[in-house]
Amino acid sequence: MSDTVTGPLTADSIAGAAYVVAALLFILSLAGLSKHEKARAGVIYGITGMIIALAATIWLTVQDAWGTGAGLTGLVLLVAAVIVGGAIGFWRARVVEMTGMPELIALLHSFVGLAAVLVGWNGHLEAPALSPDLTAIHHAEVFIGVFIGAVTFTGSIVAFLKLSARMKSSPLMLPGKNAINLGALAAFIALTVWYVNDSQLWLLIVVTLLALGLGWHLVASIGGGDMPVVVSMLNSYSGWAAAAAGFLLNNDLLIITGALVGSSGAYLSYIMCKAMNRSFISVIAGGFGIAAPASKGDADQGEHREITAEATAEMLTNASSVVITPGYGMAVAQAQYPVAELAHQLRERGVNVRFGIHPVAGRLPGHMNVLLAEAKVPYDIVLEMDEINDDLGDTSVVLVIGANDTVNPSAAEDPGSPIAGMPVLKVWEAENVIVFKRSMAAGYAGVQNPLFYRDNSQMLFGDAKTRVEDILKAF
Amino acid sequence: MTRIGIVAELGRETRVAATPTTVKQLLGLGYEVVVEKGAGESSSFRDDAYAEAGALIVGADEAWGSEVVLRISPPTEDEIARLADGAALIGMLSPGLRPELVEALAARPITALALDAVPRISRAQSMDVLSSMANIAGYRAVIEAAHEFGRFFTGQVTAAGKVPPAKVLVAGAGVAGLAAIGAASSLGAIVRATDPRPEVADQVKSIGGTYLKVEVAEEMKSSDGYAKATSEAYNARAAEIYTEQAADVDIIITTALIPGRPAPKLLTAEDVAAMKSGSVIVDMAAGQGGNVEGSVAGERVVTDNGVVILGYTDLPARLPAQASQLYGTNMVNLLKLLTPEKDGVLRIDFDDVVQRSVTVVREGEKTWPPPPVQVSAAPVQTETKRAEERAAEAAKKMGLSPAGKAGLFAAGIAVLFGINAVAPAPLPQHFTVLMLSIVVGFYVIGKVHHALHTPLMSVTNAISGIIVVGALLQVTSDNIIMQVLAAVAVLLASINIFGGFAVTRRMLAMFSAGKARS
Repeated sequence: MSDTVTGPLTADSIAGAAYVVAALLFILSLAGLSKHEKARAGVIYGITGMIIALAATIWLTVQDAWGTGAGLTGLVLLVAAVIVGGAIGFWRARVVEMTGMPELIALLHSFVGLAAVLVGWNGHLEAPALSPDLTAIHHAEVFIGVFIGAVTFTGSIVAFLKLSARMKSSPLMLPGKNAINLGALAAFIALTVWYVNDSQLWLLIVVTLLALGLGWHLVASIGGGDMPVVVSMLNSYSGWAAAAAGFLLNNDLLIITGALVGSSGAYLSYIMCKAMNRSFISVIAGGFGIAAPASKGDADQGEHREITAEATAEMLTNASSVVITPGYGMAVAQAQYPVAELAHQLRERGVNVRFGIHPVAGRLPGHMNVLLAEAKVPYDIVLEMDEINDDLGDTSVVLVIGANDTVNPSAAEDPGSPIAGMPVLKVWEAENVIVFKRSMAAGYAGVQNPLFYRDNSQMLFGDAKTRVEDILKAF
Repeated sequence: MTRIGIVAELGRETRVAATPTTVKQLLGLGYEVVVEKGAGESSSFRDDAYAEAGALIVGADEAWGSEVVLRISPPTEDEIARLADGAALIGMLSPGLRPELVEALAARPITALALDAVPRISRAQSMDVLSSMANIAGYRAVIEAAHEFGRFFTGQVTAAGKVPPAKVLVAGAGVAGLAAIGAASSLGAIVRATDPRPEVADQVKSIGGTYLKVEVAEEMKSSDGYAKATSEAYNARAAEIYTEQAADVDIIITTALIPGRPAPKLLTAEDVAAMKSGSVIVDMAAGQGGNVEGSVAGERVVTDNGVVILGYTDLPARLPAQASQLYGTNMVNLLKLLTPEKDGVLRIDFDDVVQRSVTVVREGEKTWPPPPVQVSAAPVQTETKRAEERAAEAAKKMGLSPAGKAGLFAAGIAVLFGINAVAPAPLPQHFTVLMLSIVVGFYVIGKVHHALHTPLMSVTNAISGIIVVGALLQVTSDNIIMQVLAAVAVLLASINIFGGFAVTRRMLAMFSAGKARS
């Protein structure tokens, strides 16, 4: 920090003031994002806050470094990095398919993690002149920052790989996985103590590798079906990484923002966990993959019945109310546009069409809402599980499009099921259930679904998008 | 193996408690099924069909001697005596209205389950026999009315002149009322409906009726899913509506019932006198005293001005095959609940609210009335109840006693205190900021709408790109390695910031409030 300029309006004091304003704007941004009406304003707040924070920081840097050789190189690097990074960011944001949103967000989390690692490393290299007490604290901060950053980095990378199907989504089951996690934590604490007393570079390298391994293992041991929780958990971790960097750099803005993101992400994960009836603690610990062993489906499930697109169209035309419950399968098949068209046409015919969204449908909290919004489905007919569950009994037809575990009756009825107790959409209470599915294979959680064999359910096999288009043609 | 006996009904009852289809399902639950000879005769289910489905055709004594006896109408004294010791009887017992029957049943070492006492909760809908019978009765009421009514229901323009559509008023939009509205409107009539609960307006509309609102500053909220008695002002206005409508419509179907009390009088003798000759009234509440002055339970009455009042109390039984099928399915669903293992062994679990509610007598011991059940029709109360349940569950899951939690909390506070007490200068201040921010973050996010989870996450993601500030402060260092590392960090964080905000804006631009499309 600069001490060269004195007086009431120093670069430092202006930066400090700007940081307060930025922090406030970030809070408003998060608050705005919790309501539809204020969501856009929330984004504007966020962008404004970011601009103010960046402008203040850049100005501070320029003030400090103007004229020195290293400073000039640094400024050139800075401008180049921002331009390149910004361009990449805009490009990715423009081209990403809404169905690919979870992957993109997971990947973005990994960037924050990596940036935190780099900042931490620099903290080691910088070696500021401080009193012994503060030096020890500085070392601890470097260590903690690098650790959290690295866990976030590899964790997000694994989440990204799993979501984009570049890696097997089934949970990795190493023997003694809990011991591995706990051992890594213990090793981290021991290394921290060592590093505080004797700040060797190799210790930092060891802890970085340790954290990278831990992050990898944490997320690898979680099954693909639980990814919505993992993504929001990583979101929280990336916040804590930023907060740790704030401690390291003595920067309140980083602490505030990091803590905001960290606690909001944690709360979001908590909501998700409640929706899936999982223990929050075991999710943070990354050990809850254990609770979902792949069960062998009952051999004696009975017969399923098939239905054609034409028959479905007829059934829909005669229905008085229709509920559509989409799942990840709709995202995969890119079926949101035909589905929206279907809903639109049925509404034109006076059928009461609504959407029932399970809190963990898709691979990201709110994933289905985003897809349906993309296809211009009015959000007042898109209801949450709790809002629609009691009405399902009076519904003529439920269309289950690419959802499986979220409509599995065994969660409610079979206490021995791996997903027992998880709240689900009670679609089986409706008069008719039509399940769009590619085959009779089990869902993401690997649990057999007795819904398909119910007397009131019929299967419509094939790609969800083509099938829905067939129905539209048959009208 | 437990044997289920399907016994014949008495007198004018035409339905039967199981059909060949449901017999198959009962066999699937692991039971053995016997059917009394000729039990299904009057609902067109012949003994051969039962035998083909896998049941044994037996005499009356053998059927009554089964471990489980399925029935529709309540048993007589003699029939109760025919039950074997330890047997279970399942049927429509109306235990609330017939205390003497409950006593008679409790005098024997048997178990008696009242299928008509199923609570009105979502889970129990599949066995709600009152609803399934009401549905049939509503339909049949329209058919009976059409039979008596000397005209078309639908309006037509023919070479022989124009035919106006019939006007139908349905009083009470419960299950029976809605079935009647649906049947009448699908026959082409103009259908109007009244009901003290304004929330049924949408349901009426959805099946083709027009809801006539009683404009009084009072709302009915029912906490147990049934209608309740109404206030004076409301009744006065409602009576006016009925008088107005009676003069206008051709057919009136009344379905207003209040459990455990006589049916409310909706139409007075003057209202009936004001109706056109040839009009038809179906009083579906005739068995409970009637909604219409002058209706006689079980009879067809013609008034002086030529209005036909039908007081039939056996409407479901007038559609015997259909009614038996639905009743039988309700019965199978109850037995599914009572036979969790599908091993043909009946188990009654009193912790289950449905099973508790239907049990009138358990092994000779009277268990009526059951504790009251709150149902989904009162959203506010159920919400709180659910929340309480959830909280209780959560507490259980945490596995911590309140004292343990308090201890943990105190320990956390102590650690925080300790750190801040010993930490040198800038640290306590940072901790203050950290703690406050955590709390703010938690509350700010508390009420987020579910649909906004993804945009929220991408915005927090963009904001956590603030780590760029750290990298910016380091980029002008003298150390070239640091500069490169910092520059890479700036690059990564920039992707995050720009990408995150851009993608959030893109997402939000897609959320529309419904008007865009329609």
